[in-house]
Amino acid sequence: MPEATYLDANELVINMGPQHPATHGVLRVKLRLDGERVLGTECIIGYLHRGVEKIAENRTYVQFAPYVDRMDYVAAVTNGMGYCEAVEKLMGVELPPRAQYTRMILAELQRIASHLLWLGTHALDIGAMTPVFYTFREREEILKIFENYCGARLTTHAFRIGGLQYDLYDGFEKDATKFCDYLLPKIDEYEELLSTNRIWMNRTKKVGVLSGKDAIALGVTGPVLRGSGVKWDIRKVQPYEAYDKVEFEIPTGQNGDTYDRYIVRIQEMRQSVRIIRQSVERLAPGPIFGKVGKVIKPPAAEVYHSIEAPKGELGYFVVSDGSTHPYRVRVRPPSFVNLEALDIMSRGHLVADIVAIIGTLDIVLGEVDR
Amino acid sequence: MADEPKAPPSGGPSEPPAKSPEAPEGAAPPAKPAGKPPAPAGKPPAPAPKPAVKPEPWSSPLLDELQKRFPEAISDPLIFRKQPSIVVAKESLLGVCEFLKSDRGGSYTLLTDETAVDYPKREKRFDVIYHLYSFQRNDRLRLKVLVGEGEKVPSVVGVWLTADWLEREVFDMFGVQYEGHPNLKRILLPDDWTGHPLRKDYDILRQDDAWVQANLNIKSGQ
Repeated sequence: MPEATYLDANELVINMGPQHPATHGVLRVKLRLDGERVLGTECIIGYLHRGVEKIAENRTYVQFAPYVDRMDYVAAVTNGMGYCEAVEKLMGVELPPRAQYTRMILAELQRIASHLLWLGTHALDIGAMTPVFYTFREREEILKIFENYCGARLTTHAFRIGGLQYDLYDGFEKDATKFCDYLLPKIDEYEELLSTNRIWMNRTKKVGVLSGKDAIALGVTGPVLRGSGVKWDIRKVQPYEAYDKVEFEIPTGQNGDTYDRYIVRIQEMRQSVRIIRQSVERLAPGPIFGKVGKVIKPPAAEVYHSIEAPKGELGYFVVSDGSTHPYRVRVRPPSFVNLEALDIMSRGHLVADIVAIIGTLDIVLGEVDR
Repeated sequence: MADEPKAPPSGGPSEPPAKSPEAPEGAAPPAKPAGKPPAPAGKPPAPAPKPAVKPEPWSSPLLDELQKRFPEAISDPLIFRKQPSIVVAKESLLGVCEFLKSDRGGSYTLLTDETAVDYPKREKRFDVIYHLYSFQRNDRLRLKVLVGEGEKVPSVVGVWLTADWLEREVFDMFGVQYEGHPNLKRILLPDDWTGHPLRKDYDILRQDDAWVQANLNIKSGQ
């Protein structure tokens, strides 16, 4: 947004963040206001910039893997999965089925965890205090599974290039199934609290409307795109791992408003449960590593690989010069691109709606800034 | 987009394809040529002999159409792991992009990503890279534009709105200048920072000491 060079008598510029509880991290938004109405916004980002892409060039392929967990730190498993897959694609490695299904189960658990965190904080931002306690309770169960699997709860580094570091622990299948059984009624419970709640509907319906066409022009992906009615999910259209072998649906919205995006994410959690259940059934004993050498040395080439992360399309563009260090790793972060839509989505709304719109975009600043 | 290793190229450990931007320092060819002699007697099968895959020439009706419409502008059509990429002349970039976005050009309506890669030893040191996606065809296309230091690339914000921030990031990290960008300024680093960190000649330990001292009030390196 071009900056205003003068201030109209009615125009006011105020600053929101970077220390603001509803900006989910260190996002600073300059708001141009006419009274309570937003004329335009400008995002100022970079407070959490750590130069992840630069670090990649100075590490080996293997060494860089844990760094990606620190981008979207509430969905570390999917970050790691995207990176490992990108390098595997570069090398042409096929994973054995057990590794694929394990990855899918953990990634879908992570998607649920990410959506739960989003739901709780989004609702809290808008003023519904109860859900956050519930969603954190359920999320805790997922983190426990992660902890049992790899010893870490958040920055898991769960996968390795070529497969998995650890085989599943005894009783994993039972834990995963038990969690699915446990979660479904809880999702109904959230819906009871929110979906027909009049305050919730007033705060979210017709707020931050994004048409399907605008969404594509702005490049948004993930639940934000699907909320605008575009039925597009990388797990379906360009399947990776074994997503083409499981059944699930792509929930979409119609109006492209905050409420629809909420419904989309709620439904996605249910679909993730379906995927987990099918994947658990198909877990058969077998190898967990594809055919990779001890030294990861991909051919001199470049490859772009993207996965459907909880927040949208997470892409890795890896350029190799044939050595053990990547020549360049570009991360295409969903949050960064989605946040770009904030300006268009928030124009004409009230200041209080900005909080709802930032929430509905589901950004993580660690990933925006990298 | 399932991976299917290409048929092993007949040649041995050949060099990266001519003019391909890889291998700035004449990088050694990667894996060994697809196992000619068996030899690994004794040891358990070491990392299975992978075909030494490398990018291959790409041909498709879309490419023919592009070459017809923009003669001279398209070069180096390569495909690797089912991912086609072409090099577009800077002068024709906007035209090619407009065409690719249109229905006749495959409806590449989504600009997934725009980024750059620095090859300091080349005459035109930057590759500016565009990843396009077409919902209609369900495929991706990679465009590359070769840019030298100080040259300006036409901005594609007019074609894909999402390029706004992406181009700002490329400018911030590489110092690539865009022509026609509505608001070209740094995005991740502070506005008055000097240097462009993702350039290869910018060391990982380097930073803008003056800025750090003035703004953070610490001696740099701390």
